[in-house]
Amino acid sequence: MNRRTLLRAGAAGTLLIAMRSLAANIVVSPILSELARAYAGPGAVLREGRVKFDITPLVENGNSVPVEVTVDSPMTTAQHVTGIAIFNEKNPQNDVAVFELTPLCGRARVATRIRLATSQQLIAVAKMNDGSCWTHTVEVIVTTASCVEE
Amino acid sequence: MASALITMPKAARAGDVIEVRALVQHAMETGYRRSSEGALLPRDLIRRFTCSFVEGTGQSVSTSDGSSKPGSRLVFAATLHAAVAANPYFAFHFRAERSGTLIFIWTGDNGFAHREQVNLLVT
Repeated sequence: MNRRTLLRAGAAGTLLIAMRSLAANIVVSPILSELARAYAGPGAVLREGRVKFDITPLVENGNSVPVEVTVDSPMTTAQHVTGIAIFNEKNPQNDVAVFELTPLCGRARVATRIRLATSQQLIAVAKMNDGSCWTHTVEVIVTTASCVEE
Repeated sequence: MASALITMPKAARAGDVIEVRALVQHAMETGYRRSSEGALLPRDLIRRFTCSFVEGTGQSVSTSDGSSKPGSRLVFAATLHAAVAANPYFAFHFRAERSGTLIFIWTGDNGFAHREQVNLLVT
Protein backbone atom coordinates (compact mmCIF):
# COMPACT_ATOMS: atom_id res chain seq x y z
CA MET A 1 0.00 0.00 0.00
CA ASN A 2 1.44 3.34 -0.99
CA ARG A 3 0.71 6.74 0.42
CA ARG A 4 -1.90 7.64 -2.22
CA THR A 5 -4.16 4.65 -1.69
CA LEU A 6 -3.89 5.10 2.06
CA LEU A 7 -5.03 8.72 1.80
CA ARG A 8 -7.87 7.78 -0.52
CA ALA A 9 -9.09 5.06 1.83
CA GLY A 10 -8.96 7.48 4.74
CA ALA A 11 -11.02 10.10 2.93
CA ALA A 12 -13.65 7.56 1.86
CA GLY A 13 -13.91 6.26 5.40
CA THR A 14 -14.41 9.73 6.85
CA LEU A 15 -17.10 10.47 4.28
CA LEU A 16 -18.87 7.22 5.07
CA ILE A 17 -18.86 7.97 8.78
CA ALA A 18 -20.12 11.51 8.14
CA MET A 19 -22.97 10.23 5.96
CA ARG A 20 -23.93 7.54 8.43
CA SER A 21 -24.12 9.96 11.35
CA LEU A 22 -26.18 12.28 9.16
CA ALA A 23 -28.70 9.55 8.46
CA ALA A 24 -28.83 8.28 12.02
CA ASN A 25 -29.77 11.43 13.87
CA ILE A 26 -31.42 14.12 11.81
CA VAL A 27 -32.65 17.04 13.82
CA VAL A 28 -36.02 17.60 12.16
CA SER A 29 -36.43 21.19 11.05
CA PRO A 30 -39.11 23.12 13.00
CA ILE A 31 -40.94 23.97 9.75
CA LEU A 32 -41.28 20.31 8.85
CA SER A 33 -42.43 19.19 12.29
CA GLU A 34 -45.02 21.97 12.31
CA LEU A 35 -46.33 20.96 8.85
CA ALA A 36 -46.46 17.33 9.93
CA ARG A 37 -48.40 18.28 13.06
CA ALA A 38 -50.84 20.36 11.02
CA TYR A 39 -51.42 17.44 8.63
CA ALA A 40 -51.87 14.98 11.51
CA GLY A 41 -54.57 17.18 13.00
CA PRO A 42 -55.14 18.44 16.55
CA GLY A 43 -54.40 15.95 19.30
CA ALA A 44 -52.80 13.37 17.02
CA VAL A 45 -49.60 11.78 18.24
CA LEU A 46 -46.72 11.80 15.75
CA ARG A 47 -44.13 9.10 15.99
CA GLU A 48 -41.12 8.15 13.96
CA GLY A 49 -41.19 4.75 12.29
CA ARG A 50 -43.41 2.49 10.15
CA VAL A 51 -42.81 4.86 7.20
CA LYS A 52 -39.92 4.51 4.81
CA PHE A 53 -39.11 7.53 2.65
CA ASP A 54 -36.85 6.47 -0.20
CA ILE A 55 -34.92 9.17 -2.00
CA THR A 56 -31.36 9.36 -3.21
CA PRO A 57 -29.24 11.32 -0.69
CA LEU A 58 -27.35 13.06 -3.49
CA VAL A 59 -29.59 14.63 -6.14
CA GLU A 60 -27.93 15.65 -9.38
CA ASN A 61 -30.99 17.17 -11.03
CA GLY A 62 -33.61 18.85 -8.84
CA ASN A 63 -36.13 19.02 -11.68
CA SER A 64 -37.20 15.41 -11.39
CA VAL A 65 -36.30 13.43 -8.30
CA PRO A 66 -37.82 9.96 -7.89
CA VAL A 67 -39.26 9.38 -4.42
CA GLU A 68 -41.00 6.43 -2.88
CA VAL A 69 -42.93 6.17 0.39
CA THR A 70 -43.73 2.77 1.84
CA VAL A 71 -45.74 2.26 5.02
CA ASP A 72 -45.80 -0.86 7.13
CA SER A 73 -49.53 -1.68 7.08
CA PRO A 74 -51.66 -4.73 6.12
CA MET A 75 -54.06 -2.41 4.20
CA THR A 76 -57.20 -4.24 5.37
CA THR A 77 -60.54 -2.60 6.13
CA ALA A 78 -59.72 -2.85 9.83
CA GLN A 79 -56.17 -1.54 9.56
CA HIS A 80 -54.98 0.69 6.77
CA VAL A 81 -53.22 3.88 5.78
CA THR A 82 -55.66 6.68 4.92
CA GLY A 83 -53.15 9.28 3.78
CA ILE A 84 -49.53 10.08 3.05
CA ALA A 85 -48.20 13.64 2.86
CA ILE A 86 -44.80 14.86 1.70
CA PHE A 87 -43.44 18.25 2.77
CA ASN A 88 -40.20 20.00 1.91
CA GLU A 89 -38.24 22.53 3.87
CA LYS A 90 -36.80 25.02 1.37
CA ASN A 91 -38.75 25.07 -1.91
CA PRO A 92 -40.80 28.26 -2.50
CA GLN A 93 -43.79 26.25 -1.22
CA ASN A 94 -43.59 23.61 1.51
CA ASP A 95 -46.29 21.33 0.12
CA VAL A 96 -45.23 18.60 -2.28
CA ALA A 97 -48.17 16.20 -2.51
CA VAL A 98 -50.87 14.62 -0.36
CA PHE A 99 -52.01 11.11 -1.22
CA GLU A 100 -55.20 9.36 -0.17
CA LEU A 101 -55.11 5.60 0.15
CA THR A 102 -57.85 3.04 0.68
CA PRO A 103 -57.97 -0.67 1.55
CA LEU A 104 -58.48 -1.25 -2.22
CA CYS A 105 -54.80 -0.39 -2.66
CA GLY A 106 -53.73 -3.63 -1.02
CA ARG A 107 -50.28 -2.24 -0.37
CA ALA A 108 -49.21 1.06 1.18
CA ARG A 109 -46.65 2.25 -1.32
CA VAL A 110 -46.56 5.40 -3.45
CA ALA A 111 -43.92 6.53 -5.92
CA THR A 112 -43.69 9.83 -7.78
CA ARG A 113 -41.20 12.42 -9.06
CA ILE A 114 -40.68 15.76 -7.39
CA ARG A 115 -38.79 19.06 -7.71
CA LEU A 116 -36.18 20.25 -5.24
CA ALA A 117 -34.93 23.83 -5.23
CA THR A 118 -31.95 23.24 -2.98
CA SER A 119 -30.35 20.90 -0.43
CA GLN A 120 -32.85 20.39 2.34
CA GLN A 121 -34.88 18.07 4.54
CA LEU A 122 -38.06 16.32 3.48
CA ILE A 123 -40.65 14.59 5.63
CA ALA A 124 -43.17 11.88 4.81
CA VAL A 125 -46.17 11.60 7.14
CA ALA A 126 -48.51 8.60 7.10
CA LYS A 127 -51.94 8.77 8.69
CA MET A 128 -53.54 5.50 9.78
CA ASN A 129 -57.26 4.77 10.07
CA ASP A 130 -56.82 4.39 13.86
CA GLY A 131 -55.69 8.03 14.00
CA SER A 132 -52.01 7.37 14.63
CA CYS A 133 -49.42 9.20 12.53
CA TRP A 134 -45.93 8.10 11.59
CA THR A 135 -43.07 10.03 10.03
CA HIS A 136 -39.73 9.63 8.32
CA THR A 137 -37.46 12.60 7.70
CA VAL A 138 -34.66 12.53 5.14
CA GLU A 139 -31.91 14.93 4.21
CA VAL A 140 -30.85 15.43 0.60
CA ILE A 141 -28.06 17.31 -1.11
CA VAL A 142 -29.05 18.92 -4.43
CA THR A 143 -26.35 19.88 -6.89
CA THR A 144 -28.55 21.38 -9.67
CA ALA A 145 -31.58 23.25 -8.42
CA SER A 146 -35.11 23.39 -9.78
CA CYS A 147 -37.97 25.93 -9.65
CA VAL A 148 -35.95 29.07 -10.29
CA GLU A 149 -33.87 28.27 -13.35
CA GLU A 150 -34.49 29.47 -16.95
CA MET B 1 -55.19 17.37 -25.86
CA ALA B 2 -53.04 15.94 -23.22
CA SER B 3 -51.92 12.41 -23.43
CA ALA B 4 -51.59 9.92 -20.61
CA LEU B 5 -50.01 6.54 -20.16
CA ILE B 6 -51.27 3.86 -17.81
CA THR B 7 -49.06 0.85 -17.17
CA MET B 8 -50.70 -2.08 -15.42
CA PRO B 9 -51.46 -5.73 -16.09
CA LYS B 10 -54.61 -6.46 -18.11
CA ALA B 11 -55.39 -9.53 -16.06
CA ALA B 12 -54.76 -10.75 -12.54
CA ARG B 13 -55.69 -13.54 -10.19
CA ALA B 14 -58.17 -12.76 -7.42
CA GLY B 15 -56.32 -11.48 -4.38
CA ASP B 16 -53.26 -10.34 -6.33
CA VAL B 17 -51.92 -6.88 -5.59
CA ILE B 18 -50.94 -5.25 -8.88
CA GLU B 19 -48.88 -2.14 -9.50
CA VAL B 20 -50.53 0.70 -11.39
CA ARG B 21 -48.45 3.47 -12.96
CA ALA B 22 -50.00 6.62 -14.33
CA LEU B 23 -48.17 9.28 -16.29
CA VAL B 24 -49.74 12.37 -17.83
CA GLN B 25 -48.26 14.98 -20.14
CA HIS B 26 -48.28 18.37 -18.40
CA ALA B 27 -45.71 21.14 -17.89
CA MET B 28 -46.67 21.73 -14.21
CA GLU B 29 -45.69 25.40 -14.53
CA THR B 30 -44.86 26.48 -10.98
CA GLY B 31 -45.61 30.19 -11.23
CA TYR B 32 -42.12 30.98 -9.91
CA ARG B 33 -40.24 30.90 -13.22
CA ARG B 34 -39.62 33.80 -15.54
CA SER B 35 -39.54 33.83 -19.32
CA SER B 36 -36.48 35.04 -21.23
CA GLU B 37 -38.14 38.50 -21.31
CA GLY B 38 -38.38 38.53 -17.53
CA ALA B 39 -42.14 38.15 -17.25
CA LEU B 40 -43.38 35.76 -14.58
CA LEU B 41 -44.83 32.65 -16.20
CA PRO B 42 -48.34 32.13 -14.82
CA ARG B 43 -48.98 29.10 -12.65
CA ASP B 44 -50.51 26.17 -14.49
CA LEU B 45 -50.72 22.99 -12.43
CA ILE B 46 -52.59 19.75 -12.27
CA ARG B 47 -54.24 19.94 -8.85
CA ARG B 48 -55.83 16.55 -8.41
CA PHE B 49 -55.51 12.99 -9.59
CA THR B 50 -57.96 10.23 -8.73
CA CYS B 51 -58.19 6.55 -9.52
CA SER B 52 -61.47 4.78 -8.85
CA PHE B 53 -62.77 1.31 -9.51
CA VAL B 54 -66.09 0.23 -11.02
CA GLU B 55 -66.91 -3.43 -10.64
CA GLY B 56 -68.27 -5.52 -13.49
CA THR B 57 -67.37 -6.29 -17.08
CA GLY B 58 -68.87 -5.38 -20.41
CA GLN B 59 -70.58 -2.24 -19.19
CA SER B 60 -69.64 1.09 -20.67
CA VAL B 61 -68.33 3.53 -18.14
CA SER B 62 -68.62 6.81 -19.94
CA THR B 63 -69.46 9.51 -17.42
CA SER B 64 -66.90 12.28 -17.23
CA ASP B 65 -66.72 12.06 -13.46
CA GLY B 66 -65.92 8.49 -12.53
CA SER B 67 -65.56 9.23 -8.85
CA SER B 68 -69.20 10.23 -8.38
CA LYS B 69 -70.66 7.40 -10.43
CA PRO B 70 -72.71 4.98 -8.35
CA GLY B 71 -70.80 1.79 -7.70
CA SER B 72 -67.49 3.51 -8.19
CA ARG B 73 -65.09 3.34 -5.29
CA LEU B 74 -62.03 5.49 -4.73
CA VAL B 75 -58.77 3.55 -4.88
CA PHE B 76 -56.15 6.27 -4.73
CA ALA B 77 -56.03 10.06 -4.98
CA ALA B 78 -53.39 12.75 -4.96
CA THR B 79 -53.41 16.49 -4.36
CA LEU B 80 -50.55 18.03 -6.31
CA HIS B 81 -48.53 21.16 -5.69
CA ALA B 82 -45.82 22.99 -7.65
CA ALA B 83 -43.15 20.64 -6.28
CA VAL B 84 -44.48 17.72 -8.33
CA ALA B 85 -42.25 17.35 -11.38
CA ALA B 86 -43.47 18.04 -14.93
CA ASN B 87 -45.42 15.18 -16.52
CA PRO B 88 -46.73 13.92 -13.15
CA TYR B 89 -46.04 10.26 -12.53
CA PHE B 90 -47.64 8.16 -9.82
CA ALA B 91 -47.18 4.52 -8.98
CA PHE B 92 -49.47 2.84 -6.49
CA HIS B 93 -51.11 -0.53 -5.93
CA PHE B 94 -54.50 -2.14 -6.38
CA ARG B 95 -55.82 -5.34 -4.87
CA ALA B 96 -57.61 -7.27 -7.62
CA GLU B 97 -60.69 -9.03 -6.25
CA ARG B 98 -63.22 -8.86 -9.09
CA SER B 99 -63.10 -7.83 -12.74
CA GLY B 100 -63.88 -4.22 -13.48
CA THR B 101 -62.63 -0.91 -14.76
CA LEU B 102 -60.11 1.48 -13.27
CA ILE B 103 -60.90 5.11 -14.04
CA PHE B 104 -58.17 7.76 -13.92
CA ILE B 105 -58.99 11.47 -13.77
CA TRP B 106 -56.63 14.44 -13.74
CA THR B 107 -57.93 17.98 -13.16
CA GLY B 108 -56.12 21.29 -12.85
CA ASP B 109 -55.71 24.97 -13.61
CA ASN B 110 -57.18 26.55 -16.75
CA GLY B 111 -59.88 23.90 -16.94
CA PHE B 112 -57.45 21.04 -17.43
CA ALA B 113 -59.22 17.68 -17.39
CA HIS B 114 -58.12 14.31 -18.66
CA ARG B 115 -59.62 10.88 -18.23
CA GLU B 116 -58.44 7.34 -18.94
CA GLN B 117 -59.88 3.96 -18.19
CA VAL B 118 -58.42 0.47 -18.20
CA ASN B 119 -60.26 -2.81 -17.91
CA LEU B 120 -58.94 -5.43 -15.55
CA LEU B 121 -59.86 -9.08 -15.91
CA VAL B 122 -59.72 -11.02 -12.64
CA THR B 123 -59.70 -14.79 -12.81
